[in-house]
Amino acid sequence: MRPIPLPRTSPGRAPLLPAKLIAAAPMTVALATAALVTTVALLLAPLAPAVAAERIEASIDQPVYVFTLDNGMRAVVIEDRRAPIVTHMVWYPVGAADEPWGKSGIAHFLEHLLFKGTDTIPDGAFSKIIAENGGQDNAFTSWDYTGYFQRIAADRLGLVMSMEADRMVNLRLTEEHIRTERDVILEERSSRTDNDPGALFGEQMRTALYQNHPYGVPIIGWRHEMETLGMEDALAFYERFYAPDNAILVVAGSVDADEVERLASEHYGPLEPAGRPPEPRPAEPPQRAARRIEMDDPRVRQEYVLRYYAVPSYGTDPRTSAALSFASAALSEGRNSRLDQALVFGQGRALGAAAWYVPTARDLSTFGLYAAPKPGISLDEIEADLDAELARLAAEGPSEEEMARIRRNARADLIYAQDSQATLARLYGAALAVGLSVEDVANYPDLFASITAEEVQAAVQTWLIPERSVTGHLTRTPPPAAPAGPAPETPTDTTEQENAG
Amino acid sequence: MTVMTRLPALAVTLSLSFAIALPLATTEAEAGITINERTSPGGIAFWHVEEPTIPMVAFEARFDGGALLDSLDKPGVARMLGSMLDEGAGERDALAFAAEAERLAARFGFSVGRDSFGVSARMLLENAEPSAALIAEALTDPRFDADALERERRGRLSSIRQSSTDPDSVARDAWYARSFPDHPYGVPVAGTEQSVSAITIADLEAMHARLMPLDRAHVAVVGALDAEEAGRLVDQILGDLPESLAEDAGPAMPDAVDPPAGIDVVDLAVPQSVAILGHSGLQRDDPDYIPAFVMNHILGGGGFSSRLMTEVREKRGLAYGTYSYLADLTGAPLMLASVSTANERMSESLEVIQAEWARMAAGEVTEAELEKAKRYLTGAFPLRFDTNAKIARFLVGAQSVGLPLDYVDIRNGLIEAVTLEDIRRVAARLMRPDALSITVVGQPAGL
Repeated sequence: MRPIPLPRTSPGRAPLLPAKLIAAAPMTVALATAALVTTVALLLAPLAPAVAAERIEASIDQPVYVFTLDNGMRAVVIEDRRAPIVTHMVWYPVGAADEPWGKSGIAHFLEHLLFKGTDTIPDGAFSKIIAENGGQDNAFTSWDYTGYFQRIAADRLGLVMSMEADRMVNLRLTEEHIRTERDVILEERSSRTDNDPGALFGEQMRTALYQNHPYGVPIIGWRHEMETLGMEDALAFYERFYAPDNAILVVAGSVDADEVERLASEHYGPLEPAGRPPEPRPAEPPQRAARRIEMDDPRVRQEYVLRYYAVPSYGTDPRTSAALSFASAALSEGRNSRLDQALVFGQGRALGAAAWYVPTARDLSTFGLYAAPKPGISLDEIEADLDAELARLAAEGPSEEEMARIRRNARADLIYAQDSQATLARLYGAALAVGLSVEDVANYPDLFASITAEEVQAAVQTWLIPERSVTGHLTRTPPPAAPAGPAPETPTDTTEQENAG
Repeated sequence: MTVMTRLPALAVTLSLSFAIALPLATTEAEAGITINERTSPGGIAFWHVEEPTIPMVAFEARFDGGALLDSLDKPGVARMLGSMLDEGAGERDALAFAAEAERLAARFGFSVGRDSFGVSARMLLENAEPSAALIAEALTDPRFDADALERERRGRLSSIRQSSTDPDSVARDAWYARSFPDHPYGVPVAGTEQSVSAITIADLEAMHARLMPLDRAHVAVVGALDAEEAGRLVDQILGDLPESLAEDAGPAMPDAVDPPAGIDVVDLAVPQSVAILGHSGLQRDDPDYIPAFVMNHILGGGGFSSRLMTEVREKRGLAYGTYSYLADLTGAPLMLASVSTANERMSESLEVIQAEWARMAAGEVTEAELEKAKRYLTGAFPLRFDTNAKIARFLVGAQSVGLPLDYVDIRNGLIEAVTLEDIRRVAARLMRPDALSITVVGQPAGL
């Protein structure tokens, strides 16, 4: 849900041209985050001197520190003294993929409920206290992790730590909390998913892609299961997973690492460890059959084709993962990428096309392709064009020029990412929450720089193959043959010409 | 990875508008930045923050006007121009331009809003000069190649069609259309299928000649450049733009507006309705603007603590998010709210919001609420200065509404000085529950 009636400075949800794809309809989140994660993975220049140019390196001054408390809680500290504020985050490496079968949405529901109260901070006071201290707070849930954060004046770090430590172990819920907040998450599902055919289609794609792994279940949950989630489900998930040895602290901002360690020992140190890390999830069996889905919806006004592949993540296979990042960039980073050149510019038959890959995941990850055809071009035709470009990359591999371009862009991402302490904090938190170490992050620039064109080609040949994929066509439901009559006057009926060329 | 957040992020555009609505500033020490007003060697005024920590430069310019320059019978030209600037300039076609930007690792953005045109650039320090030269070319010498225009047009038309079944977009367009008949604010900034289909290269050229006069520019540079270097950069990027325009070439300034009261329902087959509520607001230079800003924070400003969030979400579970905000549209300031609720419960959401509107209008505010609002607004002010890019956007926002250079130093004092009487006075004047113009898109029961 977003407040809309303000002057927009960027074109809404659906532009299909490459420079604006971050705001585009079907993969908004996936693409935006993919960019972020790529950037992030390249982040640790201070720890990994080899990649950045000398001048840049010399002027980067954002040291990263790590420590572990006696109870097993791990911490990362990023010093950035430009503004007198701090970003404080606690990440639990559990998310929607760790939910009991049939309880979809419980990780995210619990995340909402954590704001409801403890013995000492009851009745939804958590966020109010943060606000009264001039801070902002929020939380987020993914398949692999759940995170809570505050941004606040640096001298309030102890306060927010005490509050976050409190709700790690002292949650108190009432049936009233459950009832109202369950309505909230159902409304959230309506806003994010049910009101948007592209989001519903994405959900169907993932369920078809992951045949056994719980990555196929939507984070928000299936509506029919969300409606049944209750107090016991929430508390069971909470008691199972929320403990200091299953939590990662990330602090970024105008702080001193030693002082952060002292405060963390004071507030998080006394909490009892649970001694029970999350269990491994059910794994995917070998994927043997290419899947195809078709979905239509009367609200669709731009048809498109989507393809997902189940592929390794950085955690499961670092070099292959880095090679897939190159493949995604070769296909889709910038206007001189392969998909833009072949499908969108010149005689290309697409309005827009894209590829993306998110390396940060605990288990498998997803590689995606997308194309929306020009009027008069069918989805089968544009899918064939996508496949032709993929086949060309598999046959030729990327050129040295492409490899150099991709490395250069990655280096720039690294520098720009350092402009935001919140971005850095999120980077490290996500990496650690999916099982990577700070060293893994630190080593990534070197690893990335060492990837060869042959490795990229091999990764494409090995992993971007039909039997590991789902291909989906999203189409508009053909309108029923309507009796003659006046057309409705709402702005919804503007599209008869859509495919007229 | 997809992530679900607990609180919907305010739209980018909202935070941009907050840069205006949320007046700026704190003391220099609190904000942690030192702002200097400078003039480039070529005579262009700009605000400058020298921040040497990271080897990058953020440049920002905002030109008053934007989509206000569109003609009523052909909306979308300004927005189309904005997306054509980097589709080829000077000797380079679209692909060559993109390749050069990529070689320099420079990131450019052009955005056309209802009443302004924005230029953003992030550049690596090592490439600042050639990057500035490149974006200057986009601003002063765009090519408007025919194939690029057709490509952009196709994308825009597809986007407009998709928006036609997106309840948020439909609600926004319908609310503004009803509130601003026969006015550029009443037509979509992106244009319509009909108008976008008809945009010609001549339209773009005519708009290009009007969109960026220096006497309507607000400029900021933040990053690892000293005063002299920053001034040279400003000249390099903007120096070839026209000084000013003929009187009649400027935007038509809207009259103050009062949208028609009452509920307008737009039928759309979606499970959850979207509602926008609003009426006229306060000009940014109104003496009661700051009290209104504090009042709005109590009513429905960002975060979980507002009355609307408490009543609509926390107590009743009616919505994922609900907000109110002051929108500082040039010449037509607005006071707006929005909510998305299941069709069968939308009327209840609207009743709750209207009741809160009335309660505020009646002056029901406590000293404790005011204190909490002040503590948040003053304490959170420095959060807006934690990246170079954010600082640069703030600086042009401040200039565009005429705030003084020392606003960051005095702003928290202005907030602190607001009294309960101020809040009640401005609420009585501003909040008019009976005047609310309400657009609901969906299939709400009982409306």
